[in-house]
Amino acid sequence: MYKLRDKYAIAGIGNTEYSKFSGRTVRSLATEACLKAIEDAGLTVGDIDGIVSFNFNDSAPAIGVATEMGIVNAGYAVDYAAGGNGANLITLAAAAAIEAGLAKNVVCFRAMNGRSGFRLGGGRDMSAYGVTQYTAPLGWITYPQAMAMWARRHMIDYGTTEEHWAEIATTFRANALLNERAMQRTPMTKDDYFNSRMIVDPFRMYDICLESDGACAVVITSAEHARDLRQKPVFIMGGAYGGGPSQGDDLFDAIRWPSHSHNCFKYLADDLWGSAGIGPKDVDVAEIYDCFTYSVLMALEGLGFCKEGEGGPFVMGGRIARDGELPVNTHGGLLSEAYIHGFNHVIEAVEQLRGTAGERQIEGAEIALTTAGAMTCGSAMILRN
Amino acid sequence: MSDTAYAKPLPVPDPESTPFWDGMREGRLMLQRCASTGEHLFPPVTFCPGSLERPEWVEVSGKGKVFSWIVVRHPVPRDIYADDVPYIVALVTLDEGCRMTGNIVGVAPENMRADMPVQIVFNRATAEITLPAFRPVEG
Repeated sequence: MYKLRDKYAIAGIGNTEYSKFSGRTVRSLATEACLKAIEDAGLTVGDIDGIVSFNFNDSAPAIGVATEMGIVNAGYAVDYAAGGNGANLITLAAAAAIEAGLAKNVVCFRAMNGRSGFRLGGGRDMSAYGVTQYTAPLGWITYPQAMAMWARRHMIDYGTTEEHWAEIATTFRANALLNERAMQRTPMTKDDYFNSRMIVDPFRMYDICLESDGACAVVITSAEHARDLRQKPVFIMGGAYGGGPSQGDDLFDAIRWPSHSHNCFKYLADDLWGSAGIGPKDVDVAEIYDCFTYSVLMALEGLGFCKEGEGGPFVMGGRIARDGELPVNTHGGLLSEAYIHGFNHVIEAVEQLRGTAGERQIEGAEIALTTAGAMTCGSAMILRN
Repeated sequence: MSDTAYAKPLPVPDPESTPFWDGMREGRLMLQRCASTGEHLFPPVTFCPGSLERPEWVEVSGKGKVFSWIVVRHPVPRDIYADDVPYIVALVTLDEGCRMTGNIVGVAPENMRADMPVQIVFNRATAEITLPAFRPVEG
């Protein structure tokens, strides 16, 4: 169990432009985001003694970014092998490293040329090793194809429909219209959603997130130190990662997963709420990992905002809109802002809790949830101002 | 089509999966079964997670029901799958209790139903590799 309640804080945030073609190396994107986060915190590179990232595709090594920034004491420099589950995992790991005395000020980043470089949706590996030997040769290759299999079972078990997913896609797009960082700023109606191309039935194009070039970074330090720095601290109340039985070898290793109508969040919910000492009703704004529309339902259900199977009805009627009971993905999410592997959700949560989200600001936001991951393993944090 | 022209991903059998792929080539569905727990296991492992014992290989019927399925309509990679779409991939719950993967053949996408009874089909890809598929059967 996580025992670091309110002991650590996010003191700085930074991000690059999000685009389809950065024209830059991934390392330079990472370095820019990290330098901005350090500057934002009111620190200098000389204060940084830890650097953490995650990837299982395009990235820049933590030590490479440390080198480009001229960090002299990059003692805790770690790259986690993680995908969508990684964003909160590395942030919690940074806090744990400071608690253990391995570092004092840790910069965490995620950087990729996810559109112009290595495209996660590409599926070019013609030799299928490990668990993919049972999937790729059948033409079951891409992440949309993987997740559509889960989504179908939720439809079968609970009567979930595309109407529920359309509500999610259009809600997040409406939020993105207020976000100058967002890559998708064209209004989307439900007709637009239903008229979008069927990619892998039951998923249409607008059920599937963007592919992006860009980087995000945050600086983690002790709560005590953060209070003396430039920005209003955002405290890490609690967090959890993991996901219960049969997490498997990788994202595609879900053949043995107990039910495709729930994911990792069902299993880490008690740890998450227990660590923070609050419950779902206390959350003012939720930045939920939305690689697909359907993923949002599983996080809402798994974390107890509603019962399993009731996520579809829960999101209807404006409940997750910015003026609803639970504003979700105020930046537009992976679906409409950018795909920086969920790290852009952490940035948005910090801005909401600082009160600096401009037109996107949810008035009086004091507690935020961030999640990362959509299948057998994930991570989540509860942040407060 | 000659084997050298086979352009889609192919499995690389490993020490755990070789009995499965050998069985497929011979037209037999081989699964692991743990003598202690009685459970059938797929994908293959070296240790049964329930007992930490080494499972045995057994031949099974290849009958099951559709657990979930997708219909791929947008080909990825495009050049390899352009002529195949729409095609169906399913997770099938075998009568023995475990799930396995396979394409679905012999039914139109719009006629797919949850829990539809299916039977394995051995779908030869190359001289070495036969892939699992399933076709609908009367319940």
